[in-house]
Amino acid sequence: MIETSGLRKSFRSREGRRTKTVDAVRGVDLKVAEGEIFGFLGPNGAGKTTTLRMLATLIEPDGGEATVAGVDLRKDPAEVRRRIGYVAQGGSTWDESTAREELVLHARMYGINKADAHRRAARALDAFQLTEYADRRCKTYSGGQRRRVEIALGIIHEPRIVFLDEPTTGLDPQSRAHMWDEIRRLRADGVTVFITTHYLEEADALCDRIAITDHGEVVAEGTPTELKREISGDVVLVGLDAAATPQAAQLLDGEPYVNKLETVDEGGLRLYVDEGATAIPQILRRLDTADLGLRSIELHRPSLDDVFLTKTGRSLRES
Amino acid sequence: MKFARDTWLIFQRQLHLLLRNPIWVFVGVFQPVMYLLLFAPLLKPALNAPTQAAAYKIFVPGLLVLLAIFGGLFQGFGLIAELRAGVIERSRVTPVSRLALLLGRSLRDVVSLIVQAVIITLLALLFDLRVALVDLLLAYLMLALIALMTSAVSYGIALKVKSEDALAPLMNTVAQPVLLLSGILLPLTFAPGWLQGVAEWNPFSWAVDGTRALFAGDLGDDRVWQGLGIIAVLAAAGVVWAARQFARSVR
Repeated sequence: MIETSGLRKSFRSREGRRTKTVDAVRGVDLKVAEGEIFGFLGPNGAGKTTTLRMLATLIEPDGGEATVAGVDLRKDPAEVRRRIGYVAQGGSTWDESTAREELVLHARMYGINKADAHRRAARALDAFQLTEYADRRCKTYSGGQRRRVEIALGIIHEPRIVFLDEPTTGLDPQSRAHMWDEIRRLRADGVTVFITTHYLEEADALCDRIAITDHGEVVAEGTPTELKREISGDVVLVGLDAAATPQAAQLLDGEPYVNKLETVDEGGLRLYVDEGATAIPQILRRLDTADLGLRSIELHRPSLDDVFLTKTGRSLRES
Repeated sequence: MKFARDTWLIFQRQLHLLLRNPIWVFVGVFQPVMYLLLFAPLLKPALNAPTQAAAYKIFVPGLLVLLAIFGGLFQGFGLIAELRAGVIERSRVTPVSRLALLLGRSLRDVVSLIVQAVIITLLALLFDLRVALVDLLLAYLMLALIALMTSAVSYGIALKVKSEDALAPLMNTVAQPVLLLSGILLPLTFAPGWLQGVAEWNPFSWAVDGTRALFAGDLGDDRVWQGLGIIAVLAAAGVVWAARQFARSVR
């Protein structure tokens, strides 16, 4: 459904008197298959929104190629617009307008006739459980209701692919869970969904495949399971005072059961091991040889954050 | 065909929202009404006009042109609010005509201006102003073209600067000299030669002269078609330029 190669975009920004060129997206290659939920995961400023806006024809790429829904993005953006839906991050509804008015207007902007637009609006309101509020002004809606209207707007013309820019940012946990259900329902209807997110749990739970981005580049791509499997084994977190950390690292580095060892900034170690259950006793015994004041020891299965960490050297939660 | 349909769609939407809060039409007309009631009575002695009606024939056309210029120039603020709400971006991902996005809005502004102009004209009738219907309709055409141009330019600039803080001083800076150099409040026949020379270069000065000629009943006066012609060309240029801003990538 989407194929990009070497998609690039840089912006000029002014800092004081100098103009600086910021490479927001530096050569993104992606392949999104029909009918999947594809997640674009990365910290703020990684170029997620810029990439999305390029694919949705809102900004022109500086270089590279892309095919969206079977159409060459750079040669025929008008045709791409007809085939895609797009839901912006910051909202897209007008305070003084009602959900029904917004839906009808939006459908009609796609060239749909008035009667059909009203039918579609009614159906969308029903599907997103908005009928009750349909004729109230948007300014009276809750965050979750407003988000649902915006998603409904994005698919009112039944596109084969829809782009959702951070669809759950700013929603409370319950609304977020609802939103995930809505997105899964889109997939069930055969719509390809491309979402950006900086929530690891969201990418993990919702997406069929994800691309992890950092500084305008894709650093890893695959299903969440594949990506996590790349980090073989388990992760053991050893809690230590910062002062004791170097000595502990020395003791454990080179032990046969430790695949990889990283120090945690605020003190402590992160150990990648094959099997946590057998490694922990050995780690404890080893650390016991010196009096290091062990504070905690934790075992966890690798998460997407560990994937991000091994690829970029930073934790997504910190950035 | 698609363009006409899209323009109608955007126009309807904008008009519908305006009618939901029609108070703004009246707020817009409040200031000129004050001028009409509290300033115009000074004009008969000041202009040495033979009657009150004669003074109004000079002042009312200027006031209407002023209303058209300012009413149009400040429409950009509404657009910045729409930009912020994401409404413009949402429109730009659809195949809707970019020219229609602009023209639908500007035509709404023209309609709102004409309503205001009618209010002012009706009030002026109470002060014995009399204008032939044909002349009045042509004057309204002039006003419509002015409002079309100024609102389009205002939308174009709003899309470029994207902030109220930049738009407000910019519009005031443009509007102030334009206003003073068009002889709106007092005819430039009172002006010294150099000032008249400068005003020659102000298209709105031609528009004011043309509108005054119409109110005076001089339909055949050259200034009528000259004013209409100049403003029509500028309105077309303004619309084309502003529509291009809608089509361009907005970051």
